[in-house]
Amino acid sequence: MNLTLKVWRQPSGEARGRLVSYAAQGISADMSFLEMLDVVNEGLIEKGEEPIAFDHDCREGICGSCGVMINGMAHGPMAGTATCQLHMRSFQDGDTIVVEPWRARAFPVLRDLVVDRSPLDRIMQAGGFVSIATGNAPDAHAILVPKEAAELAMDAAQCIGCGACVAACPNASAMLFTAAKVSHLGLLPQGQPERDRRALGMVTQMDLEGFGGCTNYGECTTACPKGISLENIARMNRDFRTAALRARPESAGAGGAP
Amino acid sequence: MELKANIPAGDLADMWERHKFDMKLVSPANKRKHTVLIVGSGLAGGAAAATLGELGYNVHCFCYQDSPRRAHSIAAQGGINAAKNYPNDGDSVWRLFYDTVKGGDFRAREANVYRLAQVSVNIIDQCVAQGVPFAREYGGLLANRSFGGAQVSRTFYARGQTGQQLLLGAYSALERQVAAGTVDMHPRTEMLDLIVIDGQARGIVTRDMVTGAIETWFGDAVVLGTGGYGNVFYLSTNAKGCNVTATYRAYKRGAAFANPCFTQIHPTCIPVAGEHQSKLTLMSESLRNDGRVWVPKRQGDTRAPGDIPEAERDYYLERKYPSFGNLSPRDIASRAAKEACDDGRGVGPGGRGVYLDFADAIKRLGEDTIRERYGNLFEMYERITDENPYRVPMRIYPAVHYTMGGLWVDYNLMGTIPGLFVIGEANFSDHGANRLGASALMQGLADGYFVLPATIGNYLGGRKFAAVDASHAEARAAVAQVKDRVARLLAVQGTRTVDSFHRELGKLLWEHCGMARNADGLRTALQRIPELRAEFWRDVKVLGTGEELNQSLEKAGRVADYMEFAELMCRDALERNESCGGHFRTEYQTPEGEAKRDDEHYAYVAAWEYAGDGVPPILRKEPLEYEHVKLATRSYK
Ligand SMILES: Cc1cc2nc3c(=O)[nH]c(=O)nc-3n(C[C@H](O)[C@H](O)[C@H](O)COP(=O)(O)OP(=O)(O)OC[C@H]3O[C@@H](n4cnc5c(N)ncnc54)[C@H](O)[C@@H]3O)c2cc1C
Ligand code: FES
Repeated sequence: MNLTLKVWRQPSGEARGRLVSYAAQGISADMSFLEMLDVVNEGLIEKGEEPIAFDHDCREGICGSCGVMINGMAHGPMAGTATCQLHMRSFQDGDTIVVEPWRARAFPVLRDLVVDRSPLDRIMQAGGFVSIATGNAPDAHAILVPKEAAELAMDAAQCIGCGACVAACPNASAMLFTAAKVSHLGLLPQGQPERDRRALGMVTQMDLEGFGGCTNYGECTTACPKGISLENIARMNRDFRTAALRARPESAGAGGAP
Repeated sequence: MELKANIPAGDLADMWERHKFDMKLVSPANKRKHTVLIVGSGLAGGAAAATLGELGYNVHCFCYQDSPRRAHSIAAQGGINAAKNYPNDGDSVWRLFYDTVKGGDFRAREANVYRLAQVSVNIIDQCVAQGVPFAREYGGLLANRSFGGAQVSRTFYARGQTGQQLLLGAYSALERQVAAGTVDMHPRTEMLDLIVIDGQARGIVTRDMVTGAIETWFGDAVVLGTGGYGNVFYLSTNAKGCNVTATYRAYKRGAAFANPCFTQIHPTCIPVAGEHQSKLTLMSESLRNDGRVWVPKRQGDTRAPGDIPEAERDYYLERKYPSFGNLSPRDIASRAAKEACDDGRGVGPGGRGVYLDFADAIKRLGEDTIRERYGNLFEMYERITDENPYRVPMRIYPAVHYTMGGLWVDYNLMGTIPGLFVIGEANFSDHGANRLGASALMQGLADGYFVLPATIGNYLGGRKFAAVDASHAEARAAVAQVKDRVARLLAVQGTRTVDSFHRELGKLLWEHCGMARNADGLRTALQRIPELRAEFWRDVKVLGTGEELNQSLEKAGRVADYMEFAELMCRDALERNESCGGHFRTEYQTPEGEAKRDDEHYAYVAAWEYAGDGVPPILRKEPLEYEHVKLATRSYK
């Protein structure tokens, strides 16, 4: 098939960007979206034009590197599918496809379709872990975990950290990402001792990074390639409220201040 | 160059315990005075960085992705082995050790493998404590599944996303140390050279992939956990950025490269669809627990699979290897698939495919159980092929997947350059000529969490390290060379794209140094590779500058290294006049077409020493001795 692409080109973070049109010709339905971009890039290089920069690595929907807005939809039209797993059979001959980077204040563009997602790592640093040093662990069977809890935790833990939830949200909120982590650990016995600290720390960091608030649009879960559900946000909100209530007397006591 | 394996004396069973006691310790106050550079944030590098940070070392960790969580380990699907014997089906440390040595076709070092099997049990404990949501039974206990090359169920898993969950565990431990200030994480930073000062690995040269800045970093030891080089074939199941650059640069600085020709071709991948194909997708080996592999008995049978009656199907793995059947090891299953297709009985476009059929399992267990076990893999398959594997059998074909070869290391995981440690897939240590499924995750985490943190202390403890910085002559020379290479790549301004060269190199290797090799083909490749390399340097087209985010330039650097490394692979394959594991030389096979080892002449590790550009490398041999597992013809019949 033959397509027209309108791609966001921006030479660097400081430079101004604009949409540029390219013809994508002889595209097969079996190609992935990124393979289609590869074909376009090979053509550009041959003509002496710089190729379109985009992040990608595993190309099997698990590393979370890839991700662009395709016709205004994060990761494109197919539900539960990362950009690298989207195939061209989702498009038709003659289509015009607009390709843009994630748009969010917290994710500045570095070049073309590549953005800086390091705020997500910093949210993790603020509590997305169990404080257990190597070698300190008890036998794996010392604590039983109900299958139900393990499955729910796994549902949340599947998040690939691509940032599509932020890009899809009208407020550019990172609630779904943060909630997935808070839920994953909060649902397991191993995560209980630090449950309050985790919710408080991660939510606070999320706000500091300049992500917007959540007003329940639900666009995030629709865009999520792993279908992380909104229940996680409800769970995190509960954890956050409980933790905030409990934190006051405790921190006053710990600090010894009046 | 001398290859000293430094295997401690004494009995295998308590060798590691005793060695840990005998090794020097670094006192807590002194640990933070030692800086350690860790390149790689996968299971090996990420686990090592987190653990060394916890211990109090001053750690710098580097990766080329935008976040350490995206290292290629994230893509591992099926599971991780451990000798827990939770199912009480006869497993033990000894059996895991035995299976791994045998699975590797007797080309791995016994002492290392035994330690790996011992440490495996601690890995599961550690990961569970971190909150890795492994699959569980209704009673709350951990679930296990079977993998190829084993008759016990010792594989732990988290749906079809085991690597993801293990890596997120290591990554969370790593981020905890970043917050604690013990680890400095440098994403989007590619190592382009190693700095060796007074015979010791003391630093690295990197390129900032956003600004293009060439920088130097120094420490008392350098750890490479940079993964495998399967992408030398262009098409593989590896992530697009996987490269040989870090290990190859270390090789050129004096680190011996061991068994480069030992590559693993995985039997169950989605077949190639066309020229545009940029990578191949694995369908986890765990599927062979319930899927049955078959091809039509008749050549050129183009009927739909459902129209081929039972009696006209050849379940060739079950027929040829009745005791392991569909769970035969990878090298054997891959070759059998190739054989069936070479015989004209392959299925799908071009006849390069075999069926992996779940109809019986669905009948036996119901669709829900199959969905619970493999749901995400089935979805992935459907997304790529547009076929529903619950209704029609999957079509699969072998693809390059893993590299057993890597930098040579001793028992302490140190290479031939003092102070250079190599962990995970980047080293050669534990899998011999063929890796068993679910053992790479085990090895990466064993190296990163448990082995390296102990052995690196022995190296650092009691040694004096002179202060070094960027003004040192060796550092200046390395930086100048890196800058010169970048400039040369940009200056060629030829007519062909980097990918077109990479694809051509890959095809050449797949043909002559792939699933089956022979002396003639390897000689052809050895003649053709230098020609292609010369053409690359004459005609490659890399646009843009070095001082910006430039993905063509990144690729060009990696492909330039592959162009040299491919020659080393073929040389190694040509020198090894035997078949073993993934290295199948067509001249050396039994009448039934099985690999024929030559233990008398080839029971050694081939470690190659760089001798200068245009000069053949020197082959050093580390003899392998088998005191505990009897050398025997590997049989899965
Ligand atoms: C699709 C797939 C499925 C698999 N499934 C399984 C399985 O089920 N069970 C199993 O046991 N094994 C499996 N494996 C194998 C296993 O995943 C890998 O062998 C293992 O994860 C490698 O881990 P690692 O830490 O050594 O390297 P990697 O995870 O590859 O990490 C390499 C790191 O090095 C960094 N790096 C590389 N080069 C440079 C450079 N030049 N400069 C800076 N940084 C660099 C990268 O950024 C990355 O952080 C699978 C492999 C694949 C491809
Ligand atoms: S490239 Fe890894 S998720 Fe798309």
